[in-house]
Amino acid sequence: MTYTSNTPRTVQIAVNGVPRQVPAGTSVAAALAQQPPGTTRTSVTGQLRAPLCGMGVCHECRVRIQGRIRLACQTVCAEGMAIDTDAGNAPGSAMPCP
Amino acid sequence: MPLNRPTPMHERCDILIIGAGPAGMAAALAAAPSGAAITVVDDNPQPGGQIWRDGPQVALPPLAQQHRAALAQHANIRVLTGTRVVGLGARQPTDKAPALLLEDADRGWTQHSHRIILCTGARELLLPFPGWTLPGVTGAGALQALIKAGLDVRGQRIVIAGTGPLLLAAAATATQAGATVVRIAEQAAWAALAGFAAQLPRWPAKALQALTLLNTGVRANTHVLEAQGTTQVQSVRLRQGAHAEETIACDRVACGFGLVPNTQLGQLLGCALGGPLSNGQGLAVDAQMRTTVPGVLAAGENTGFGGSERALVQGAIAGHTAAGHVQQAQALRGQLARWEGFAQALQTSFVLNEQLKALPRADTLVCRCEDVAYADLAPRQGWIDAKLHTRCGMGACQGRICGAATQHLFGWTPAAPRHLLAPARIATLAACGGPAPEDPGAAPPG
Repeated sequence: MTYTSNTPRTVQIAVNGVPRQVPAGTSVAAALAQQPPGTTRTSVTGQLRAPLCGMGVCHECRVRIQGRIRLACQTVCAEGMAIDTDAGNAPGSAMPCP
Repeated sequence: MPLNRPTPMHERCDILIIGAGPAGMAAALAAAPSGAAITVVDDNPQPGGQIWRDGPQVALPPLAQQHRAALAQHANIRVLTGTRVVGLGARQPTDKAPALLLEDADRGWTQHSHRIILCTGARELLLPFPGWTLPGVTGAGALQALIKAGLDVRGQRIVIAGTGPLLLAAAATATQAGATVVRIAEQAAWAALAGFAAQLPRWPAKALQALTLLNTGVRANTHVLEAQGTTQVQSVRLRQGAHAEETIACDRVACGFGLVPNTQLGQLLGCALGGPLSNGQGLAVDAQMRTTVPGVLAAGENTGFGGSERALVQGAIAGHTAAGHVQQAQALRGQLARWEGFAQALQTSFVLNEQLKALPRADTLVCRCEDVAYADLAPRQGWIDAKLHTRCGMGACQGRICGAATQHLFGWTPAAPRHLLAPARIATLAACGGPAPEDPGAAPPG
């Protein structure tokens, strides 16, 4: 990743390893929604879920960001950020786990 | 004794403010001239709370900009965003307020203080209905928050449902962002809405706000029945009045049934509930904004709902009180009374329709963390019984969503939360779990 002295208008992130450009300041939850349905996690009975409360209460949007479980709605995308959802996998797996 | 035992992390301040919304900002600014060391903590990436949420698609109102600029100008105010209270810390004998365990993206620590001001705001009341777990179904304030945070809704068809002025505000935000709001379903009857509107001239600023939010897509006495779709929401069924139904194709359903005060942290600290607003569900405070726990104050929506104006006044009173400036706190009582009146009008106008209790079907999930269905909860005797038998409320959100929902559906009172308040990293607990090294009365590490 190259950093410039000016504030970039977009940042590059990787969602499940796939690079994406998003406007600077975008939350991870908003970035994931670019690819509908924007699912974040797999529930304990295997349902795919997406952000519900948008304000850090419901924990439906938890994903693995740079290896740590965090809430997508309260995390702003940063250049080079690696975001991994467990949508479609076992609940809580959010691969890869470093 | 394990090797590499992490060093316990401790930080200190005079006044610790939890929440950087209007109440928290006003509290910090009121207390700042005293010279006290003030720390403001908020779990969002930016200060502002919900109403002044900043983001790539936001033009902050002038009042919000002024508050943020003023916070930055005070050298004795430290604002820690992206920081969450995860539980109780080990209190030291010199602390005049409870110690709290804090965590940000990188580290955890124990925060010691002499006064705590709880400005934890409110969350949306989200009630279960068939299809509410589908991707694309959010709260109404949630939709607003997500759009402000950069959610692209251009060209999307959105149905907004539930109750209260927040529906109109969410619709305005969505429309500005390029979405088509195809319907606003307000569960209250026209008579209630008209009664509320008729009172608005008592607060001219609110009347003006209401004018800017007028929307022709509003249907009163209308509520959501079901969100439909396979992998995401594709349509919504609404009921108007006793019998009329309509099905609307849409990309999103934003559904909020009013607000719930965020009292968990206050309750964990032992603060009593029972403020006169919000059916007694808010934190109880006296005229100086002191809770029932020494050293702990509260201000804003966690004491009852009344909007940002009331939160600003309560926050300022709390800040003055925490700084020991009783006269300045008392001088604001008249202003507060004015906005308490607005809060009363809100509370009496948007009472929830009993029919909303019948929305869930047997297989509708009520607890989304542990996937507990309505049919499994209906036979339970109360909140604790439900937790023990079904794991309802025992997941990541710790009952914040389903606790409020079951309170509405079954009349259960969620038990006061216990340490920990939120999921925390093991490293935070390892670094902070032990007693402070300076604490002479502390037990030796086990």
